[in-house]
Amino acid sequence: MRTDLAPRHRDATSAHSGRGILTRAASACARPGVRLAALVVVVVVLTALYLFTGVPGSLAFALKIRSASVVAMVVVAVAVGVSTVVFHTITQNRILTPSIMGFDAFYMLISTVIVFTLGSTAFLRTDPVVLWLVQVAVMVAFSVFLFTWLFGGKRRSIHLMLLVGIVLGTFFRSFTEWMQRMLDPLDFQVLTDTAFASLTRPDETLLLLTGILVALGCLAVVPLLNTLDVLTLGEPAAVGLGVNHKRVIMALFAIVSVMVAASTALVGPILFFGLIVANLAYSYAGTFRHRWTLPVASLLGVLCLVGGQLLLERVFAFGASLSIVIEFAGGLFFLYLVLRKGAR
Amino acid sequence: MTATLSATSAPAPTRPRRTWVGALIGVALVVLTVASLFIGVSDVSPATVLEGGADGTAAFLLAASRIPRTVAVLLVGASLGIAGLILQMLVRNKFVEPGTTGVTEFATLGMLFAIVLWPGMAMMGKMGIAALFGLFGTWVFMRVIRAVPVRQLVLVPLVGIMLGGIVGAVTTFFAYRLDLLQSLSQWAQGSFATIMAGRYEYVWVAGVMVVVAWIAADRFSVIGLGEDFATNLGLDYRRVIGIGMVVVAVITAAVLVTAGMIPFLGLVVPNIVSLIIGDNVRRSIPWVAGLGALFVIACDILARVIRFPYEIPLSVIVGVIGAALFLWLLLRKGSRAH
Repeated sequence: MRTDLAPRHRDATSAHSGRGILTRAASACARPGVRLAALVVVVVVLTALYLFTGVPGSLAFALKIRSASVVAMVVVAVAVGVSTVVFHTITQNRILTPSIMGFDAFYMLISTVIVFTLGSTAFLRTDPVVLWLVQVAVMVAFSVFLFTWLFGGKRRSIHLMLLVGIVLGTFFRSFTEWMQRMLDPLDFQVLTDTAFASLTRPDETLLLLTGILVALGCLAVVPLLNTLDVLTLGEPAAVGLGVNHKRVIMALFAIVSVMVAASTALVGPILFFGLIVANLAYSYAGTFRHRWTLPVASLLGVLCLVGGQLLLERVFAFGASLSIVIEFAGGLFFLYLVLRKGAR
Repeated sequence: MTATLSATSAPAPTRPRRTWVGALIGVALVVLTVASLFIGVSDVSPATVLEGGADGTAAFLLAASRIPRTVAVLLVGASLGIAGLILQMLVRNKFVEPGTTGVTEFATLGMLFAIVLWPGMAMMGKMGIAALFGLFGTWVFMRVIRAVPVRQLVLVPLVGIMLGGIVGAVTTFFAYRLDLLQSLSQWAQGSFATIMAGRYEYVWVAGVMVVVAWIAADRFSVIGLGEDFATNLGLDYRRVIGIGMVVVAVITAAVLVTAGMIPFLGLVVPNIVSLIIGDNVRRSIPWVAGLGALFVIACDILARVIRFPYEIPLSVIVGVIGAALFLWLLLRKGSRAH
């Protein structure tokens, strides 16, 4: 299925109006560096707008609340952007994303199982940092196992893998709910309080933890940038060029799971966000070198989140429905991608 | 294109073994149905019913709650299986069911529509509107599928799920704006916990549809062979497709109104039946109905017993078991989905 990686610029954006102008402006200056700089400027301006406009009362108080949510958005955007692009490279396609494959549902399942087996008293007495790290460790171990089983061995068709992922997600979600129904009401309360936060009101310890983890993940990716570029050529070529394929893939899967765990812990599952961000990044960056696509994807993620929140909060006064809008646009975009792939 | 139909077909097993499996399903169904009548929080057993006589508490409970619930469970299981089977014939794809084609989501949107515009409307009317939306959903899905150039086996349900996701997002958005999110998730979650006499009779509509499907069974078999073939055999292709769409939409709406969303059932049951007896629709309709009913009644008893005296939503249990079975069907060695 490596046909999916044929460089096809500037068509993925046509499905997504509103950024067309940006892309056109970007294509005027072809160098990825210039495009990245332009994106940084836009993101900074948007963030400033979000922080300093429409303050109802005291500015200091608003800044305190808002800066926390901006940091959360940045952490989530980087986690989702980087994990999705890396996942695309590993799996040799541009449609499957970690969340479509049921990664975030899996994270929720693990949190629930831990509370279920320990009981809330033990859960509360354990240091949250330790607990969270245990969760992430379990998730990494399991997902590396699961995905090497799914993607290792014989190559299955991309559509089959997609369907498997969606069904896996349902399986994990149903299982999670089953477990949650088996919990005592008190345990359940503890679980919902500790396991999931929100973008607009992030829990500070969790934010710090996830921030550190995502930063570490990014640092781990940096030395692998060139290897990732080689991986886009496909397994045989990569092995021929001296990449220890199995080991690198394992390591990358681990990094992806850490990132997904981090973003899910902060905002819960967001299904199509990574898909939008990554595909926009490919067409906007105009290159497949990871040194450009990774930061561009992350920045576009920030742009979507901050810009979307800005629009919904200040322009439409909708508040908390950003995820619904992202889901809707993402679903349409996904359908377009799949059908276009079907046409080939 | 018959290849699309034989995704999970195996060579049909020998007749004696088939008879055994059929007998087993029948016996299990009877046993579980009786068990279902006597499982619950209050003490209802054959002894207490006889003791209290016809006016006793036990007899009243049996008539008002246990019997309706059991009947609803059986009818929902049977009709969902049939809806899946018919849809698989219409689309000529083994991996579709109302939930993987967006039909369920469209029906839910219709339900929301009815609740918002005519809150005082009778349940039957709401169900009718949900069925109309479901019908529209079936039509939209079939249009979209026709636009897919390469009819890959697994691409069809994938597109359906996405379509459902988009419609679901629209429903969620409006429910959110109108503060109906809680009631929406309340009744869309599949469960038989609230079924009483007077609240379950809509399911009989689904039962009627099963009969319609049975009468038209052979026509659906021929539809599965493709338009040209069916027309050559003197079949009014469009009319049969229309009947099939109506059957699927009405069953989906009736189940939605009574029990909420129950995932994967319509997909898994016909596939397992096709593994047992092959792909003759007329022969498989009683099998699909029986196995569907058995599956749901087993899950419902499980839902009631696991955390006695509390109940777990049925859809959760069906989701876990159904998803596992679906994955097995997809990744099975020798399945043509690869």
